[in-house]
Amino acid sequence: MNWKDSFSTSIGKKLQMSLTGLFLITFLLVHCYINMQIFYNDGGTRFKEAAHFMGTNFVIRSVELGLFAFLILHIVQGLLLWAKNRSRRTVKYAVSAGNKTSPWYSRSMALLGTLILLFLILHLSKFWGPNRYSQTFGAGELDLYTMMRDEFQMTWVVVVYVLGCIALGWHLLHGFYSAFQTLGLGTNKYKGMIKAIGVGFSILVPIIFALMPVAFYMHWIQ
Amino acid sequence: MPLSSKIPSGPLESKWKDYKSTCKLVNPANKRQLEIIVVGTGLAGASAAASLGEMGYKVKAFCFQDSPRRAHSIAAQGGINAAKNYQNDGDSTYRLFYDTIKGGDYRAREGNVYRLAEVSANIIDQCVAQGVPFAREYGGLLSNRSFGGTQVQRTFYAAGQTGQQLLIGAYQGLERQVSLGNVEMYSRHEMLEVVKIDGKARGIIARNLVTGELERHFGHAVLLCTGGYGNVFYLSTNAMGSNVTAAWKAHKQGAYFGNPCFTQIHPTCIPVSGDHQSKLTLMSESLRNDGRIWVPKKQGDNRKPTDIPEEERDYYLERRYPAFGNLVPRDVASRAAKERCDAGYGVGSSKMAVYLDFQSAIMRYGKVEAHKQGHSGADNATIYKLGKDVVKEKYGNLFDMYAKITGENPYEVPMRIYPAVHYTMGGLWVDYELMTNVPNLYCLGEANFSDHGANRLGASALMQGLADGYFVIPYTLGNNLADDIRTKAIPTDHPAFVAAEKEVNDRITRMMNIKGKESVESFHKRLGKIMWDKCGMGRNAKGLTEAIAEIKALRKEFWSNVRIPGEIKEFNPELDKAGRVADFLELGELMCIDALNRNESCGGHFREESQTEDGEALRDDENYMYVAAWEYKGDSQYELHKESLDYEVVHPSARSYK
Amino acid sequence: MEHYNMNLTLKVWRQKSANFKGHFETFKVAGISSEMSFLEMFDVLNEQLVAEGKEPIAFDHDCREGICGMCSMYINGRAHGPWEQTTTCQLHMREYKDGDTIVVEPWRANSFPVIRDLVVDRSSFDRIIGAGGYISVNTGNAQDANALPIDKQKADESFAAATCIGCGACVAACPNTSAMLFVSAKVSHLALLPQGDPERNTRAVNMINQMDAEGFGSCTNIGACEAECPKGISLENIARLNREYIGAVFSGSGESKS
Repeated sequence: MNWKDSFSTSIGKKLQMSLTGLFLITFLLVHCYINMQIFYNDGGTRFKEAAHFMGTNFVIRSVELGLFAFLILHIVQGLLLWAKNRSRRTVKYAVSAGNKTSPWYSRSMALLGTLILLFLILHLSKFWGPNRYSQTFGAGELDLYTMMRDEFQMTWVVVVYVLGCIALGWHLLHGFYSAFQTLGLGTNKYKGMIKAIGVGFSILVPIIFALMPVAFYMHWIQ
Repeated sequence: MPLSSKIPSGPLESKWKDYKSTCKLVNPANKRQLEIIVVGTGLAGASAAASLGEMGYKVKAFCFQDSPRRAHSIAAQGGINAAKNYQNDGDSTYRLFYDTIKGGDYRAREGNVYRLAEVSANIIDQCVAQGVPFAREYGGLLSNRSFGGTQVQRTFYAAGQTGQQLLIGAYQGLERQVSLGNVEMYSRHEMLEVVKIDGKARGIIARNLVTGELERHFGHAVLLCTGGYGNVFYLSTNAMGSNVTAAWKAHKQGAYFGNPCFTQIHPTCIPVSGDHQSKLTLMSESLRNDGRIWVPKKQGDNRKPTDIPEEERDYYLERRYPAFGNLVPRDVASRAAKERCDAGYGVGSSKMAVYLDFQSAIMRYGKVEAHKQGHSGADNATIYKLGKDVVKEKYGNLFDMYAKITGENPYEVPMRIYPAVHYTMGGLWVDYELMTNVPNLYCLGEANFSDHGANRLGASALMQGLADGYFVIPYTLGNNLADDIRTKAIPTDHPAFVAAEKEVNDRITRMMNIKGKESVESFHKRLGKIMWDKCGMGRNAKGLTEAIAEIKALRKEFWSNVRIPGEIKEFNPELDKAGRVADFLELGELMCIDALNRNESCGGHFREESQTEDGEALRDDENYMYVAAWEYKGDSQYELHKESLDYEVVHPSARSYK
Repeated sequence: MEHYNMNLTLKVWRQKSANFKGHFETFKVAGISSEMSFLEMFDVLNEQLVAEGKEPIAFDHDCREGICGMCSMYINGRAHGPWEQTTTCQLHMREYKDGDTIVVEPWRANSFPVIRDLVVDRSSFDRIIGAGGYISVNTGNAQDANALPIDKQKADESFAAATCIGCGACVAACPNTSAMLFVSAKVSHLALLPQGDPERNTRAVNMINQMDAEGFGSCTNIGACEAECPKGISLENIARLNREYIGAVFSGSGESKS
């Protein structure tokens, strides 16, 4: 067996999920940091600077391509795994263990992921899509800050964003630890630490994200 | 036919060495042409099948369980003996040999037992090489503990799961040979007949327990590694499926049955809790290293054990046997418990139990631990806690098991224990080469009668199973098959196979057609009660005579009133069980005949007529220093053949542990 | 402990064989003692069925002391029932009270096809062990056992992994029917010992390939296996298996025999 073949085995596929997942976690951290600039409440000056850098820097734009590749891989592989795993028990149990043996979110990664995907489609179509379109077809960068301020006046948009962040939080609660476990780092020595950091990350990051639409909606920031 | 044990001549220490250097060999090309059938995949069977597969024989292995890994060897708890002398306490091959002979009450062959002691050390080496995770000391070396009937520490162990670890080791070796194609594995198959051609065992008829179909399998030799028959008592520590069927079919095909009445009643089992009881659970003998056995000094004392003060407790083993105390051999400990309970000192709701108490061990270990950790002035509570942790590490899984079964916490309340049927020293008669008197039919492990005499010492069953499978059969089989290399595989349409299959088929059909009223389980229970009451820990001529008549009557009733639901050609556990119980109903009678014949007390066999004034077993070497090998001569007809036991090295004396 | 008697309703899966469709059948049992084991309760039910001229329920069991790994019932949604680190045979009826209804199902996984009623075929586990769950040492002249001292902690960890009884509860409990806990227990048992070192790479790769070939699902680190394992085999073993596998494939020395 060649090491390349290992990607087709069950552990190999999980490795893909783990590595792409960790990359997406890193992306979330960067994205979160950039967006947090709005909380300076400086009319978007710092945010625009950062957004401009991210939207025009050659390296970042290249990495963005990788990000999409990984995101798609994560989604496709995740759904394929889900479908395959589901098919391995043709006759289902009449009574299930429910949450007695495992937390619900760990069993619902595909569902949570799909919710995040739906949210993502909305999110991209509102900001990233129009911006790149405008950049590509000569109209230049859009004012994302103003767009945000306008969009987040609509109640349904804010609600969808908050729900998306909640789904993200549960997804991360299992995903963060799971990524490290798949890499073989879930030893008794590190498991506690990884889980603790994972819980912190999965609560903090989605809350910060959710605070953005809420803050605009509530006019905490102008 | 005179019985020849084929013990090689020469001094005891060199018999096996000489045998190995002079026995005939089969060359590799010929091994590939020789087919071997191994029935049973416990320690003896799995180790034999794996070793023979490695050597190049074409092996077929059979087990009735769903996987070879589940054979009942897996349940052995305490450990495995080996004369390694790692503890520098004066152990040696000779001492293990001597302890085993003495422990067996001078009813085993010197030659076999010496060989067993000799290969014991290789077993440990082999198992460690396979990755068996034995308990170790902080220095990284193997740890030992002591077991009943010995004064040295020679028992190797893996917590309370030694049998499991050893069996998994052998099983892994077996599966490796299966994947290499050297062994073909047939699980969920039960052997129902030995096929003999020209007087030699040449195959078996097996039933596929999933489909119910009968299958014919040829082998140049057949190895029965099918374990003991303790389930004849219905309640025993054996697995539910453990049975005598394979050995009994061989017996009916001419193989002699050796010392069938020699049964080991293990002193430390969880007592029976009611009529629903389906099996008994052993609490490892290793617990007697640290637990103290006692009953109240007052008859019918109903106080809680923790309320009975020290001076009102009777540590009867320490009192009666000061030299060995709680570590007397199993037969002695069992009889002593029965004596106390019969005399009215028993405890628990049934009054058929004694206490096994760990309080003093907990305090003793606690003090050592406190000292180690530098708390010289620790209070009792701290000492108790530290001690409890030590006991937990040593016996945690056993304590958990006890708690699950009884609902009591053995760290706080002493365990209640009572003797239960555990092992059968008797079995098919075999010679030094482990071959029965039927040529090419071998018997290994608990299924044969050799090595343990009238009583087996703790931690010796694992030793014997692996010795037979890993280190004895690879030589002795070759020695005989070297003459068989010109025998081509016999096609299974040979008339002998056809006839044997018809025989099996007829019997099953007859049994299914009874369509009576009483369940198989009920017959088994009734047989068990007869056996336990009259052929159990205490036996006498009157009871045994009655038992023989009762078993005959029960057997008749079985064959006219048993109800077996379902069909033959399907997965039908009731039918499987019916076949096994039918065989137990014949074996039980032979056991009683043997027990009646042996009018002496030796080892696990206690004839009430033969005891000293203070109730100790009284052997009769003058008249009974022989192996009773019974030949089947037709329904209820058995002929006794005696193989006299000649002690050249050890001089039999009254066994004393006082 | 006070004992009591109870009457129960049992809903048990009946299936003639792998080729038939299964269904639930409801039974009443009376006078069950709280001191009985769960399987003894089934003995009572089966005796009752035989007496009524019906077919008893087929279920796997053998040692009835929690070590052979043969018993396998999925009881009210739990592999081996509600007690922690307990096999079905060691579950006792004092868990239940008069009037309770208990639903009993077989292990459900396509890799464990039903043979009859509650009996399933777990031979896939044997084949996984055959693919590499061993140390290749022939019987013969192994070196002295104490010639190779082993760190006590490692030996203890190895033992803890080796206590797996191969019952399949991990597969039964896993929403994905993954066999990773079983495979990882064996890989860990052997990888933690110096004797197992020479074959560690091929072992991990071959066992995983066999596991996949048997059609088990993949592990998504849910942890139900650990929660239901009667021997308390830790998820840490799965992490170790992942490390072993990654190490094997990326070191390039995990070339399998196939």
